[in-house]
Amino acid sequence: MNIHGIRAIYLFEMARTRRTLLQSIVSPVISTSLYFVVFGAAIGSHMNGIDGVSYGAFIVPGLVMLSLLTQSISNASFGIYFPKFVGTIYEILSAPVSAFEIVAGYVGAAASKSIILGTIILVTARLFVSFDIAHPLWMLAFLVLTSLTFSLFGFIIGIWADNFEKLQLVPLLIVTPLTFLGGSFYSIHMLPPLWQKVTLFNPVVYLISGFRWSFYGVSDVSLGVSVGMTLMFLTVCLALVWWIFRSGYRLKA
Amino acid sequence: MPPIIEVRQLSKVYASGFQALKPLDLQIDKGEIFALLGPNGAGKTTLISIICGIVNPSSGTVLADGHDVVRDYRAARARIGLVPQELTTDAFETVWNTVSFSRGLFGKAPNPAHIEKVLRDLSLWSKKDNKLITLSGGMKRRVMIAKALSHEPQILFLDEPTAGVDVELRRDMWQMVRGLRETGVTIILTTHYIDEAEEMADRIGVINKGELILVEDKAELMNKLGRKQLSLQLQHPLRAIPPALQAYALELSADGCQLVYSFDAQSEQTGIDGLLRRLAEAGVDFKDLKTSQSSLEDIFVNLVRERA
Repeated sequence: MNIHGIRAIYLFEMARTRRTLLQSIVSPVISTSLYFVVFGAAIGSHMNGIDGVSYGAFIVPGLVMLSLLTQSISNASFGIYFPKFVGTIYEILSAPVSAFEIVAGYVGAAASKSIILGTIILVTARLFVSFDIAHPLWMLAFLVLTSLTFSLFGFIIGIWADNFEKLQLVPLLIVTPLTFLGGSFYSIHMLPPLWQKVTLFNPVVYLISGFRWSFYGVSDVSLGVSVGMTLMFLTVCLALVWWIFRSGYRLKA
Repeated sequence: MPPIIEVRQLSKVYASGFQALKPLDLQIDKGEIFALLGPNGAGKTTLISIICGIVNPSSGTVLADGHDVVRDYRAARARIGLVPQELTTDAFETVWNTVSFSRGLFGKAPNPAHIEKVLRDLSLWSKKDNKLITLSGGMKRRVMIAKALSHEPQILFLDEPTAGVDVELRRDMWQMVRGLRETGVTIILTTHYIDEAEEMADRIGVINKGELILVEDKAELMNKLGRKQLSLQLQHPLRAIPPALQAYALELSADGCQLVYSFDAQSEQTGIDGLLRRLAEAGVDFKDLKTSQSSLEDIFVNLVRERA
């Protein structure tokens, strides 16, 4: 195991975060704060609570998830896409690092950023609304698992993308809609019966439901299903990454 | 001593169907400077990229210091440093960080003393805290070499190291390469500057259209293929080569003012003395004479043209 190699990639990526602090950390925090001001404080004060939770508090887990998903994907995809784009990938490919070590470095760094970011957003949210975390360990587990899974997903996108447009395409056209429609701002029980069924095909529903459960003990789907779906998505991403390195897809001629 | 690099029946066909390398064999000895010569698109970079793990081979094997570069890639790659042709750097990193990163990536524990030595040797020390984006092209090239040397490789690949580099840096680089060889590092460089190969290499391989058409000791190559020529500037133009001189391989220039005699520099009997005597007997006077030996460039151009 090339521990020095993993460390080098990890530190390199974390250094990139520090250089782009404004973009990496500050801007998601600001946009999340805006959500709280608009939906939590302004609109939320005129709304009834959902499942016995005030609306402002209800949207906290969904908003954290929204940031985790988009930031994990954009961080991880950019992290691997950029070396491909400028050509510095040659060094990674010619180094004695295994696929696992490369992924551990890049995805580990992207997931770390997301976890830090999620924590900062939670702390920021606490300034706007009051909430408690009923199951802190589960909350942490969902936070880590989601960050990891979507960083892996982002890594895959970064390898697949061969231009900047593709890099933006998946997050913009798929992930953001799925997150908005995945119950960030509402409980799926508020939907018409047909849409309640349709929405179950949206994987993000399970993430948000499980995450929200860890806060308030209420959920749209059962905890087991949430955990199962999250793990399943993680497995799918791992399998894809394994295949990418085995075949050299978009990495090697 | 077993070769430090052994290439067996290596070939590469790209997905586009382009055959970049036809099956080729090559052995490189420990501690030598090997120059791979060839025109653009001959397959030089493909060969290096396969050895370094950037391109997958279509068939064949490569052993680096006895380790298969595919199956035992960790051991093989840890011994290899690569300076690619393109200047690709992380624009916003500092020199120090990017070189330290390379060392870690290749599995070596941090060693600031070694990094410092590499940077000093390459006259980069004063720039260590500069961001790469602020450096000139020549400086970036030095940084790429520093990165390749950061993990103390035994084998160093320099892909077109002096392309687009000024004369001074070129001299520096040659100096550095010789210094490295003295420490036991094997160096493989590709170039299409023939004087570079002539100046640096112990052995030369010529590659053209994916085929290794020749591998020779440089001195032998120049000896074997190097023709010597004697040019005579005549006092009075000749209309034809006099019959008495027909036995010699002579060429008369179009204006009749110059006679060129080609001979084999290696043979004991060059025939120069006889020729000069016959010239005097035939009453052909000359005002100047010079001999010249074909350079590696001539040899190379001839080789590539022959096969074209």
